[in-house]
Amino acid sequence: MPIAHDPRIDGKPATEPARGPFDVERVRADFPTLRETVHGDKPLAYLDNAATSLKPQCVIDTLNDFYTHDNSNVHRGVHTLSQRATFAFERARGKVKNLLNAESEKEIVFTRGATEALNLVAQSYGGTFLKPGDEILVSEMEHHANIVSWQLIQERTGAVLRVVPMDDTGELRMDEFHRLLGERTKIVSIVHISNALGTVNPIGEIVAAAHAAGAIAVVDGAQSVPHARIDVRAMDADFFVFSGHKVLGPTGIGVLYGKRELLESMPPWQGGGDMIDRVAFDGTTFNVIPHKFEAGTPHIAGAIGLGAAIDYLTRTGFDGIEEHEAKLLAYATERLLEVEGARIFGTAGKKAGVLSFNVGDLHPHDLGSIMDMEGVATRVGHHCAQPAMRHFGISATCRASLAFYNDEGDIDRFIAALNKAVRMLK
Amino acid sequence: MTQTIAEAQKEIVEEFAFFDDWEQRFEHLIDLGKSHLDIPDEYKTEAYRVRGCQSTVWLHPELKDGRVVFQATSDAMIVRGLIALLLKVYSGRTPEEIASTPPKFVDELGLNEHLTQGRANGLASMIEQIKLYAVAFGQLEKSHFGNGKEQGT
Repeated sequence: MPIAHDPRIDGKPATEPARGPFDVERVRADFPTLRETVHGDKPLAYLDNAATSLKPQCVIDTLNDFYTHDNSNVHRGVHTLSQRATFAFERARGKVKNLLNAESEKEIVFTRGATEALNLVAQSYGGTFLKPGDEILVSEMEHHANIVSWQLIQERTGAVLRVVPMDDTGELRMDEFHRLLGERTKIVSIVHISNALGTVNPIGEIVAAAHAAGAIAVVDGAQSVPHARIDVRAMDADFFVFSGHKVLGPTGIGVLYGKRELLESMPPWQGGGDMIDRVAFDGTTFNVIPHKFEAGTPHIAGAIGLGAAIDYLTRTGFDGIEEHEAKLLAYATERLLEVEGARIFGTAGKKAGVLSFNVGDLHPHDLGSIMDMEGVATRVGHHCAQPAMRHFGISATCRASLAFYNDEGDIDRFIAALNKAVRMLK
Repeated sequence: MTQTIAEAQKEIVEEFAFFDDWEQRFEHLIDLGKSHLDIPDEYKTEAYRVRGCQSTVWLHPELKDGRVVFQATSDAMIVRGLIALLLKVYSGRTPEEIASTPPKFVDELGLNEHLTQGRANGLASMIEQIKLYAVAFGQLEKSHFGNGKEQGT
């Protein structure tokens, strides 16, 4: 159905030109949360970006504008607001398509997040095509979402979960990967960038090997989309998942990219409105992709907000983002290693902006609590990656994770707070 | 036990009132944690683990002469400090005292607002577990006496 151009929601081109050279000061001005103070007058050093990113003002404004001016359900109404909402929602799908360099909007399914996207693939694809004895290959550094969703389908289908180990730097044992990959392997589901260790996996090699063995490749991109330009076609991933809230977008919205022929071959996962073609008690037929997988009213505002976040990232430019983050990671690593007793978990050759560490035998919860009092936000715990923690014989770490709006000042305050915590606890 | 449960709470609040800022309060909490006695390894089991804590907490209750004696510890130092405070208030009290005494000192020290949400939840879990044990021991005592009476008549 053609939808009229509405200047209010269509004021900007879908893909906006870059803003010129990367400038961290200008970027920081776009994130209102960075001006927060905590525990009295302590300025915030937000280093919990692997958990969720902060939101630029334009994303917050987009959500506000949608609810203020265009609030309506999608794909249902003939009235103006419904058409505006539908237009904005579907245009956001187009932005995701461009971000991932997918071939078609039909390959972009909106979900609640990366976790739901993985569960959708496991339940719908895995539930349909896995047979007893088939193997699913994951790695030791997976997020629980990429372990448990397969364990659930393993029980239902009789398929077997195999695990590729990593070495002590947090790099995937590629020799073991190739050894474990065999004719029984039907699905290879591997994380692109580890949330707990920062390792960047050789995803091109993994996908190519999976295909050569006759398996499909699922890539968990929850930690990679915020930091690097993704090209699902160059990567040749069969499925690729990510969460909106980690890429400057709202919580509760995520994406499943799937190759068209695979999505078309899969049965719906959840039933409800929007996903049907014709409903009758003697049989229901289903809508086409991607709507077949989007039962019920979707997170409309979330998708539109994610579209605004993608515009912002595109405007900022991934080249500048990657360069800035690499410099910042090198600086933060150097400063952290100056702290006596600090040990970094995850020292792979190719690493993204994640510093998982402990200091001597001090408990990460104690370190995190004291750093919080100094305005430094880190994550402590197992990072939903207990097998990765177990590899190192630990149950938890403290994790500082970077985004392109962090600067050296954030790192300096982090190190000062950490030194203070160590002094207090020793 | 010479100090009453109310006196113990009051003393903690007065003790912390000496400190001007969070840093000194945290330092004091850490000191309490460092000097808090560890518990026997046989109590560091799944059965005595308090759920809902981000760090590992073990809490062992024992009924001695009508009073509940708690032994507890954690692998995190700040939590050990909190445990030391909780035990000062609640350990060695009668089940009835424990069940009927809210942890006023927690609010008065502003502990909840100065702890992360996770840790505040953990503190709430510990208090809940302490109270659950007290209620259980209280019921055990009642049913024990009840049975005794029946047998006697």
